[in-house]
This record gives sequence, structure tokens and C-alpha cells, in this order.
Amino acid sequence: MKKFLIPLALFLGLVVFLAVGLKRDPREIPSPLIDKPAPAFRLPTLEGSQPFGPEDLKGKVWMLNVWATWCVACREEHPVLVAFAQKNAVPIVGLSYKEIQPQDEQGGKLAPEAKLQLARERSVVWLQRHGNPYSTTVMDLDGRVGINYGVYGVPETYVIDRQGIIRYKRVGVVTPQLLADKILPLIRSLETS
Amino acid sequence: MRRVFSSLWLAVCFACASLLATQSLAKEAVPMAQEPEVEARLVKIAEELRCMVCQNESLASSHAELAEDLRREVRDLIKGGKNDAQVKEFLVARYGDYVLYRPEVKPLTWALWFGPFLLFLIAAVGLVGYLRQRRQAMPAPAALSEAERARAEQLLKD
Amino acid sequence: MIPELGHFALILAAVVALIQGVLPLAGTVRENLAWQALARPSAALQFGLVAVAFACLTSAFLANDFSVSYVAQHSNTLLPKPYQVAAVWGGHEGSLLLWVLLLALWSVSVAIFSRSLPLAMVARVLSVLGLISTGFLAFILTTSNPFERLLPAAPEGRDLNPLLQDPGLVIHPPMLYMGYVGMSVAFAFAIAALLSGRLDAAWARWSRPWTVIAWTFLTFGIGLGSWWAYYELGWGGWWFWDPVENASLMPWLVATALIHSLMVTEKRGSFKAWTVLLAIAAFSLSLLGTFLVRSGVLTSVHAFASDPSRGIFILIFLALVVGASLTLFAWRAPQVTLGGSMGLLSRESLLLSNSVILVVATAAVLLGTIYPLIIDALNLGKLSVGPPYFNLVFAPLMVPLLFIMIPGTVAHWREARLSDIVHELRFVGLLALALALLLPLALGAWSFGVVLGLFLGLWIALGTLQQVLFRVRKPGRIGASFWGMHLAHFGMAVLVIGITGVKSYEVERDVRMGIGEQVTIAPYSFKLVGLQDVKGPNYNAVRGEFDVFKDGQFLEKMYPEKRRYFSSAMPMTEAAIDSGFMRDLYVSLGESLGGTPAQWSVRVYYKPFVPWLWAGVLLMVAGGLLAALDRRYRRAVNKAAQPA
Repeated sequence: MKKFLIPLALFLGLVVFLAVGLKRDPREIPSPLIDKPAPAFRLPTLEGSQPFGPEDLKGKVWMLNVWATWCVACREEHPVLVAFAQKNAVPIVGLSYKEIQPQDEQGGKLAPEAKLQLARERSVVWLQRHGNPYSTTVMDLDGRVGINYGVYGVPETYVIDRQGIIRYKRVGVVTPQLLADKILPLIRSLETS
Repeated sequence: MRRVFSSLWLAVCFACASLLATQSLAKEAVPMAQEPEVEARLVKIAEELRCMVCQNESLASSHAELAEDLRREVRDLIKGGKNDAQVKEFLVARYGDYVLYRPEVKPLTWALWFGPFLLFLIAAVGLVGYLRQRRQAMPAPAALSEAERARAEQLLKD
Repeated sequence: MIPELGHFALILAAVVALIQGVLPLAGTVRENLAWQALARPSAALQFGLVAVAFACLTSAFLANDFSVSYVAQHSNTLLPKPYQVAAVWGGHEGSLLLWVLLLALWSVSVAIFSRSLPLAMVARVLSVLGLISTGFLAFILTTSNPFERLLPAAPEGRDLNPLLQDPGLVIHPPMLYMGYVGMSVAFAFAIAALLSGRLDAAWARWSRPWTVIAWTFLTFGIGLGSWWAYYELGWGGWWFWDPVENASLMPWLVATALIHSLMVTEKRGSFKAWTVLLAIAAFSLSLLGTFLVRSGVLTSVHAFASDPSRGIFILIFLALVVGASLTLFAWRAPQVTLGGSMGLLSRESLLLSNSVILVVATAAVLLGTIYPLIIDALNLGKLSVGPPYFNLVFAPLMVPLLFIMIPGTVAHWREARLSDIVHELRFVGLLALALALLLPLALGAWSFGVVLGLFLGLWIALGTLQQVLFRVRKPGRIGASFWGMHLAHFGMAVLVIGITGVKSYEVERDVRMGIGEQVTIAPYSFKLVGLQDVKGPNYNAVRGEFDVFKDGQFLEKMYPEKRRYFSSAMPMTEAAIDSGFMRDLYVSLGESLGGTPAQWSVRVYYKPFVPWLWAGVLLMVAGGLLAALDRRYRRAVNKAAQPA
């Protein structure tokens, strides 16, 4: 007699999983880089002469924010970052991701220096208009560094500790709530350790 | 003699004309890919990889910008001599298991990979067991006795 | 006014559906004949009301009424009229209304074609259908109202997604839904049988034609979807194991098992509990599919825009309907009698094996589809399960199934001998094997997979032909169900050979072409002779003109297009396809690569055996129709219609 209850039991198990699944976002992908060293790079900066890499900030807890002037959602989170930078001594490094898009090159492919120059100009104008929370901004024109960091959309934000290990990644806009509840406490705990 | 030559000449002209009429000597198009062998391998690998920004599409078929970038990376890795496993490892290290359309066989996915076949075996064994058990519960009707057979024939004759 | 009328009609329909769902059923418990007799008229009234609502929504689309939010989201004044009608089911709310309309249609059909059934049975069946209708209507009215107003009205609609502006949208969803929804009839019969305690051969005989018709629609719907993806998406694929595709395949697999199991129950009175369980499972999978597609739980190109409240509602509905059914099953199934005896090898046991393999295959597809969800729910991370998994797991399971198809039709009922079966099939087996080993040599490449696929296809095809030939030589009328069965099996063979052929022998060329250049896939060559701009009703396009040659001889012209719809930033590719008996030629325009002279990226495919995929599906559909229309089902109806 009990064997006739098996279909019901299996079904109820399925329903439980489906119910839990309803609360999950299937598009939110966890990063495999958590607790791994931040991938090294040397990229030209917005400001000018010296290239920058994550080793330059060893010994400090810092944030990496992936953005671009063509990113609409970035405009939403930008004031939040600006306010955060004013109040806290945590360096935020901006990663300008693929600033030059295919449509910019429809007239003809740009030379690397021209690309960098155009990207810098655009970013400077944008940051002047919306505020600049970044201690420095690096230019990732071809997106290679982004790929090494597992970037698949903008904006994305990372928290990196004193030893250069990635401790947290946020895909999507950073909200004041998120800063208060997750990011700031994490930074504080990393700073004291 | 002249007739042979003229008919031969006519035949040649005709042949040329029909050739030109059917298909002019057109230039064969160049493959999009710079190196077809590399590209072939790229497609094979990319078909088993997921486009991170699409609604369920493979890296091979997606037109998304990130897909173009990732294909570029894979192409470079292939040209650099990496084998398929190393290419996949590169992407998994950055994007996680989500990027693989063929899940790795590891304890987390044993149920997935072995489940169906295990289920098949259990079902097959269960089926045979059920049929046997059923057979015992309901033996085939006993053969008719002589008297019963005679009676049956009698009834059939009527 | 009209949208409000439609909304009101829906509310009334929900009330009537509730009456239809409760009173006749209560009438069977209380033995109140008047209440039982309410079943048929309430089903008819419900259908009328839902039809009115559907008509109102359709007229809102045809009138370009952008004060209705759903119309504004899915239509446009420039949208051609046929697509304005098809756009009614182009989004979540409207497609649900189509669901409910078709459910009402099936219900009223059962009401009409059930004269030979006892009233109590009809009452139970229509009640179950009424309860399901009530659930869906409640869902529409509370979370997915297609008649919601947009005030102030939009000046212009957002337009139908260009991918959907295609004849495929006109026919694929209605056919598919007829299949999905049709499974509810077999389900209702099963529940009615469990409730009444009468699970016998008669129940199986009544259920079978309804199940076969629903199966036929589902087969057609899935085939259409596949065909549509093939010619619409521009890269020649026809099955991607996408969650939504799987959601339609799973009920199909179980419905196939159900049809074969009903055969045994009808003939020998055996496997009753199993058959009932299959009937419950088929419709449960339909409901599960609805959940997966509309709740946002899985990522798919196909999924409708989701909303957590909708997901919760459907899940609760699913849990109630299936939970109640399986509880009823657990309660009543133990009392079911065993039916006829059978040997370890017999037609019954082979048909049961068919069931079991199909259920295992369904379980495999289900597992692969929801595994990412399970892993995520257990907080173990995110992973993907895609075509490589499904191909590796599903295909091997199909091998034994396809193989026993033929012995299954040859074996005797009750007791069969292996030696008899082998003896009868020896020529077929050897011929199929020989051809399977030799044909790949002629077709181009030899591999174990090709041989296996060809063998199975030929085995089924030749085995079917042999049985038809043997039977026509014997005296006696041959019923439509005989032809139907063999036609459907033959269609399966054609499909299997098609799949084997296209997967093993297709060739793709991805090239850059300027005017005057050509690309060759022996013996065909494709020459780009021109590019021109064309204007459509709601798009601009570039059309390529290709001359196609075979062995140097001109064959025909092909005109692929790259379209830019006014309403969408994404360019759409309209591939040019030339279909022959044995192959498709497929040309797809990529992007303009600029330069002088102008160059374009072009994809050209040689796809052998693709037409066999569609032919196979059509043969199965034809087979199903024949089988369902067999006279013995209609004879019972006519007999009851005569004055007593």
C-alpha cells in the first residue's frame, strides 16, 4: 500500500524545491573569485602618466567599481559611490570597461592611442558632470581585465582586502542599503584583521 | 575535312558558351575565420559553453558583445596551444560552473549524470520482478481435463 | 466598452466554471441527477463566455485600442492584420486566455461527444475540467488580466517582438496549447474513474480517443515550434533542450506512454493503476510546464515576463491539483484489480517496457531541467545543464525504446515466444542491419552513431512495412486504428533517420562575400549576384540575391534578408531556405563588413535529411488522427444516439 504514496512524496519534494526556487534569481551568478587573489594587471589611468595595478594598493582595503559612460545603471549608483567616498577613507578604483563600443568604430577602426584618448576624454567629461568618487580610474579598453575579473555586466563592484584577496563581489547597482548592511561592515572587519 | 573542323569548332564554341551560361568563373569566397581549423575547434568548444548575458544561448551562436570578447579569448587560448580542458578551466576560474553547458562530473553532479541510468536499471529490475511476481499471483489457467475437453467439443458442435 | 465587456464575461465565466466544477461532482456524491445534469450546459455556457472574452480582446487588437495595456505592449498600427490577431496570444496574459479558451473548448467537446457515457461519469469528468478552468480563470482575473486599461492611452503600441511576426506565431501556440490542455481530458477521466471506484476496460476505451487527439495536437505543436525555430532564428538549429522546449517534450513522452498503456488496459484490463498514474502525470507535466515558463524560475529565450506573485499562484494551484490527485491515487489505487495474466515476454510486457523507458526518459529530462534550480535552492552554487548533457543522456535511453517498438507490435498477447518473434523479424533485422552498415559509405562518413541511428530507423520502417503487407493479405476489414498506429510508427522511423542524417552530415560555411563571389558545398555552389534595399510594412531590409548551382547547372535563386524593424534595435535575419526531398539549402545574411567593394558575412548550410524531420512529424500527426477516428469509437456514440 505504501508504494502508492511514492508519487505523492516525490511530487511534494519537487514542490518544495520549486518554492525555494521562486525566491532565487536565476540570473545572479556567484563569483568563483571570492577568497582568491585579485588578478594582476597594469593599465593606463585616466589621469595620465603612471599605469596602475592592484599591487599598488597592497596593505589597504579597497573597492573596485566597473563602470562606463554608456552604462545607464551606473548613473543610478554613482551618487551613492560619490557620497560613500566623501565619508570614508576607503579607496575606490574605477575600472572603465570597454568605453569605446562597436558603434564608435563604424566609420573605421581607431588606432589604440586614439581609442585611449577618446575614452579618457569621455570619462573625464562624465565624471565632471556626475562626480568623481575614484582615487584613480584605469582604462580597460578591450575588456580583457574585465574578463579576468569575471565581469559580465556593468556595473559590478569588488571589495579587496589588505593582502589583495577578493572578499566580495556585487553584480548590479550598489544601493545605500547594501553599503550599510554588507559592504561597510565587511570593510571594517577586514581593516581590523 | 573542312566540315569536321567546322563542326569541331562549333562544338568547342558551344561548350564554352554553355559553361559561361551556367556558371561564370566566380571567385571563391574567403572564410570569415582567419584560420579555419582554429575556428572549427572554437565552435566545438563554444557550443558547450554558455553565453553569460543571454537568455540561454551557447557561446557559439550568441551575437552579444561579451560573447564576441569571450570567443576572442578562447581563440587566443587555442592558438596558444591550450587543449579543450584548459580552455574550459580558464573560463570556469573566472565565471564559475555556470558557464559550462556540460556540467563537470563531480560529487555535486553525480546525481545528475548517474541518476537517469541508475533509474533505468532500477526500473528494469523492478519491471522484471513485477512481472514475475504477477505471474506467481495469477498462474495460467490449468489445462482442461479430458472430461472438460469432451464437454467443450460437444458444446461447440451444437 | 468592449474590454470591460470582455472582463465581465471572464468574471461570469469563472462563476460558471465554479458551478460546473462543484455541483455535478456533488451531484454524484449525493446522487442528485439534476445537479449532475448541470455539467453539460454549464460547460457550454462557460465556453460561450470565454469565447466572448476572447473575441473582445481580439477586437481590441484589430481596432488598435492602445488604451488596453496588453494591446499597447504587444501591437502596433503598422503590424499586419494577421499578426494583430496572433498577437492576442503573443504575451503572458493573452496566451493564458487562449489556454482557458481551449480548455473550455475541450470541455464542451467532451460534453457533446459523450452521449454513450453514463451521466455520473460525464458529471465527474466535466467537474474536474470545471475546477481546472476555475483555477486558471481565477489566476487570470487576479494576476494576469488582459483587459487592464492604460490611461491615458498610448498613442502607439510597442509592437510585437519581431521574432514573433511570423506565420509560426499564428499556428504554433494554438496547436501546442490544444495538446497541453487536451491532456486535461485524460486526466479528468482518470480522476473520475478513481472517484467512482470504477477503473475498468470501459474507462480505458473512453479515454483513449481523447488522449490520442490531444497527443496528435501536441506532436504537431512541438514539431511546428521546432520548424519555426529552424527557419526563423537563422542558424539552422531545431532543438536546443531549452527549459520551455523540455516543458513541452515531457508531457509528450508521458502521453505516448499513456496511449500505449491504455491499449493494454482496454484489451486485458491490466496496468490500471499505472495507466491512471500516467494520465495524472501527463497533465501534471503540462501544469508544471506552465509554471516553469511563467514564474521566472528558469532562464529561457521563451519565457514570458515573470512576476513573483504569478509564480506563487501557479505553484499553489499546481500543488493543490496534483497533490489532491496523487492523494486520491494513493487512496484508491490499492483497491484496483489486477487484470489478465501475462508472460514475462508478451505484448503486454513489451508495452509496459515502453511505458517504463518513456517515464525514465521523462525523469531524465526533468532532472536536467530543474537540476540548476535544485543546486541553487540547496545553496550549493549555480550551474548550467545544456544540450551536451541532454544529448548524452536522452539518446541512449531512446535506443532500447525504438528497438522494442517492432517486437512490441509482433508479439502475441498474454504469452509470446522469443523464437517466434526472432523468426518473424529475421529478414527485417538483417536487411536493416545491412543497409545501416552500407548507406553511410554512400552518404559520406561512417561512424557508429550513424549506423545505430540508421539501423533503428530502418528497423522500424521495414518492420512496419512488413506487418502492413502481412495484414493486407489476410481477409477481414482493417480498422483505421491499424493504419494509424503503423503510420505513426513509420513517421517515428522517418524522424529518427532524419535526426541521424542531419546531425552526421550537415555542413556549414561561414564566409565573407562580395558581389560576384561564390561559396561551394559540393555539389552546390552559391553565388552572390546582388544586394538591394527593400521596404516592408513595418521594417526596412537588405535583400541578398543568390544564384544557386548544382554540378555547375543553374538551380534557382535564393533571397535571404536582413531586416530592421522600426520598433526594435536588433536586426533580424530572414534566412532563405530551399527544401528538397533529401536536403535543405540554407542561406543566412550576417552583417555588412564594409569595405570597397562591399562585403557581407554570409552563412551557408547544407542540411541533408532535414525535410525528413518535418515529414516524420506530419506522418505521426496523420497516424494519430487516423487512430483517433477509428469507427469503434464513433460506433458507440452513434449507438447511443439511436432511440432506445
